[in-house]
Amino acid sequence: MSDLEYKVIVGLEIHVQLATRTKMFCSCELGFGQEPNTSVCPVCLGMPGSLPVMNKQAFEYSVMAGLALNCNIPSFTKWDRKSYYYPDLPKNYQISQYDLPMSEHGYIEIPLEDGSTKKIRILRAHLEEDAGKNTHTLGNFTAVDLNRAGTPLLEIVTEPDLSSGAEVKALAVELQRIVRYLGVSEADMQKGHMRFEPNVNLHITRGGQLYKTPISEVKNLNSFRALEGSVTYEAARQLDEFLETGITMESGNKRTYGWDDENNRTVLQREKEEAHDYRYFPDPDLVPVVMTPEWLDDIRSRLCEMPLAMEKRFVTEYGLSEYDAGVITSEKATADLFDNAVKAGADPKRVCNILTQTGAKLAKDKECSVAELGVNSENLTALAKMIDDGDVGASAAAQVFELMVETGDTPGQVAEKHNLIQKSDASEIESLVDAVLADNAQAVEQVQAGGKKSKKARGFIMGQVMQRSKGQANPKVVNQILAKKLG
Amino acid sequence: MSKKIDQQQVKQVAKLARLDLDDSEVAKFSTELSSILEYIEKLGELDTDGVEPLAHCLPVNNVFREDKPRPSLSNEQALKNAPERVDKFFMVPKILDDNSNS
Amino acid sequence: MANEILNLTCKQLRDQIADGTVKSTKAVEAVFAQIEKAEPKIKAFLRTHKEEAMQKAADIDEKIANGDKVGSLAGVPIAVKDNICTSFSKTTCASKILEDFEAPYDAHVIEQLNAADAIIIGKCNLDEFAMGSSTENSGLQQTVNPWDADRVPGGSSGGSAAAVAGRMAFGSLGSDTGGSIRQPASFCGVVGLKPTYGRVSRYGLVAYGSSLDQIGPFTRNVEDAALMMNVIAGHDGRDSTSVTEKDAPVPDYTADIDKPIEGLKIGIVPRFNEGASDEVGKAVKASLDTYKSLGAEIVEIDMPYFDYAVATYYVIATAEASSNLARFDGVHYGHRTADPHDYVEVYSKSRDEAFGDEVKRRIMLGTYALSSGYYDAYYLKASKVRNLIRQDYTKAFEKVDCIMMPVSPTTAFKFGEKTDDPMQMYLADIYTIAANLAGVPGISVPCGFDSQNLPVGLQIFTPAFSEERLLRIARMYEKENDHNIVMPPLAK
Repeated sequence: MSDLEYKVIVGLEIHVQLATRTKMFCSCELGFGQEPNTSVCPVCLGMPGSLPVMNKQAFEYSVMAGLALNCNIPSFTKWDRKSYYYPDLPKNYQISQYDLPMSEHGYIEIPLEDGSTKKIRILRAHLEEDAGKNTHTLGNFTAVDLNRAGTPLLEIVTEPDLSSGAEVKALAVELQRIVRYLGVSEADMQKGHMRFEPNVNLHITRGGQLYKTPISEVKNLNSFRALEGSVTYEAARQLDEFLETGITMESGNKRTYGWDDENNRTVLQREKEEAHDYRYFPDPDLVPVVMTPEWLDDIRSRLCEMPLAMEKRFVTEYGLSEYDAGVITSEKATADLFDNAVKAGADPKRVCNILTQTGAKLAKDKECSVAELGVNSENLTALAKMIDDGDVGASAAAQVFELMVETGDTPGQVAEKHNLIQKSDASEIESLVDAVLADNAQAVEQVQAGGKKSKKARGFIMGQVMQRSKGQANPKVVNQILAKKLG
Repeated sequence: MSKKIDQQQVKQVAKLARLDLDDSEVAKFSTELSSILEYIEKLGELDTDGVEPLAHCLPVNNVFREDKPRPSLSNEQALKNAPERVDKFFMVPKILDDNSNS
Repeated sequence: MANEILNLTCKQLRDQIADGTVKSTKAVEAVFAQIEKAEPKIKAFLRTHKEEAMQKAADIDEKIANGDKVGSLAGVPIAVKDNICTSFSKTTCASKILEDFEAPYDAHVIEQLNAADAIIIGKCNLDEFAMGSSTENSGLQQTVNPWDADRVPGGSSGGSAAAVAGRMAFGSLGSDTGGSIRQPASFCGVVGLKPTYGRVSRYGLVAYGSSLDQIGPFTRNVEDAALMMNVIAGHDGRDSTSVTEKDAPVPDYTADIDKPIEGLKIGIVPRFNEGASDEVGKAVKASLDTYKSLGAEIVEIDMPYFDYAVATYYVIATAEASSNLARFDGVHYGHRTADPHDYVEVYSKSRDEAFGDEVKRRIMLGTYALSSGYYDAYYLKASKVRNLIRQDYTKAFEKVDCIMMPVSPTTAFKFGEKTDDPMQMYLADIYTIAANLAGVPGISVPCGFDSQNLPVGLQIFTPAFSEERLLRIARMYEKENDHNIVMPPLAK
């Protein structure tokens, strides 16, 4: 037992719902929470005589995702029918891609906790239509809603390169960030836009011999927490099971599990993988897609900088901490706002602080993203410069930012209107200082005497000056003048 | 003559095709399908090495539609032909095993 | 008067309605009088819609009286095969599984007929889901050949052919997956055209073999077929396999219909005529003589892979059918078994109860051909042979303008004659099937009668998207030998 070592081996299948307006093969509008069976037509109901026609946007979105995942985009791809009977599948076949997917052999780089990154190979990514929804909870029957039927899904299959629950989660989070950056998916977990199916097993070495445990497929996970939890749980469970029974992988003993969210554990659904016979064959109702170099270039030109690259750049070029860079790049619009402000001359750390502190707080209150607060990069740059120049102080800056969000005005306008501009005019401040010194001879004496009371008295004088300036004197300038006058 | 497709295979195919055949149908189809498959065997005479399979006669590719919504059917129209319905849903007997394959 | 109207062609009737000589309402009345008389014997229709037809005819008469512009089939009564979806009438595919199905939409061709102001009078019988060659596989009723009450009308579009032959419609629409327009046309003595795959939108045609199915017209003469093609041909964005105007422009098929093709080269495969019955062979040979007398040259060609068409077809068509018919499951529409034990029984019992034998046979065959372990030997192999069969046509058309052969080895056979041996029935499709595999257009033109006064059909093929020439070639023959004037006994 002491010589036992093991590795966790995980491959992941991810279904990502694309952010098209309409379904994959018909013009029904995609929505969420609609009345049952109201966003349906003869095509997605599988009515006799209806025919599918491809959504161009869905195809281009998936090519964008394929490119972002460093996949090869073949020049020829086609559609196949995958046959199985289920009440949420109106045609009893799913239009999918079998032997010639629209992208394959790529990789995704994921950030690890130690700050390094790891490449996870992507086997393939293909387009397919979603099924509808069976509801079993309304009574002693199953109710079928086909609003979701025909929703475009990108199915991404990784190689078994992941080795922990944390890595699996990191991949999921990174993929979410990528598809959101590209704008190809809203990737809203609450709405089921991303669904995961990890395949987990262990490679155990004991006594110089390698043992592989039976693969468990965990179905239909739709939160990062469940994804990470299920992989961690399965790894532990499989180790226990191996130690108890010695069971190893044989053909046909792949098992299917579900996730029990309340009790944080996997639940066995099917003991043995059924011998599925999907009878794939080319869908005769659809024609192939030929990808020309021009078209591919055009699609490629719509890509943006990927989040991880941006995150690294913010660390190396802008000197942000890894933590701050991660926060700023969690969402593209915020990252762009930050990047544009910096490019226009703002100090990176200054902007980062505004966004990650005041910005993040406001965004949380308003339940939106930082970028959605509506401050544009010009105004952000202007605010950062005002801080640099001493025109506003740190606490006033936060107030200015809040007012900018509220009014949409420039920081200059806001600060002016609310008297938040610091006065740095030396002669004006000097006369204020002189007046204060004249009125407070005792304090001046105490300062000049040095000793215990000197520091406190200096603070008192400083406070008096600020009070008379109604808080608008630049403390730095006041200090300089006081130093000159009081030594 | 040995059958191209025996009764056990017929039952297996019927299960895939969701046809609840009775025993006499199984026997009949085993005989009939065997004779048809026997005839189809003649395709084996042909050397098709290097011949591309033809899924389509049309030299047409890249047929798309724009991503623009069009009106859907009403719930009433969608369910009009449903053999059984409940509220706004199609209805089937309760599914106990979640055997979804997607 | 009624009979005079019934003997008009679509074009004559259309012209006379347009110039006010005949009222559309009179034409519809005449047709329904004929239906009352002949339909009890022929049983071509599953449903007719007299009231709606009369209303529509009245509207068109009014439009014409007002001098409004009307469509190219204005006021002409037309029948439609019941596997083409219509919003005004059920669409059953002659199957118990769809016995009460009401489509929530119109097929593209129905929209086109409506736009042309045609009057759809009813929906015609067929072999269940268009699977068959005699219409005996209809799950709903038996249609009789208007030439002989003991014989089949052919199939699968038997009702559409019999309705036109029986003078109960001036034209009709059928569908052709392996000969289902051309063969019943030949059995019933009318013109039947299967257009090039992709020429007519399949949107709303209940699919049997999606890569083979094509909608086409039945008419009493070739000119009317051209007129119908003007209405139904053309691009439709709802069918991905519908060819665009840019790739294949739609000509006016009627414009040059009477212009003969100069220096016509006709390809024939001599062994094909030998494979047909003596009488069919004789009639086809006589029609070739007619063409020769018109200056055409007969060129012997070979189509070596043609003999594999039936085997290829019964793999591909059934594979596609097994998938296309999976949707008929008793869940969202159609027949559902009473008291299913669980949801799986909803599928297996509903389907077993409501599908007929032929449909089950083809679903079984196609499921087998696609199943794990058999795909390569059957489906993939057949898809490759399909390519060879298409090359047969391509190579032939390098040498000749068209290819001619019989439509069917025999004239209409008797009820029950071939129902016991499905393979026998399948083999009779030998001449028609290859055109569907290759996607080329084919037409059946009446070319005489056998000794039992049963019509014989001549089949003509031309290259893809050359229906205009195909119709002109057929028209050349028709003008010399108009076999269509004779009214079949059951129509009288």
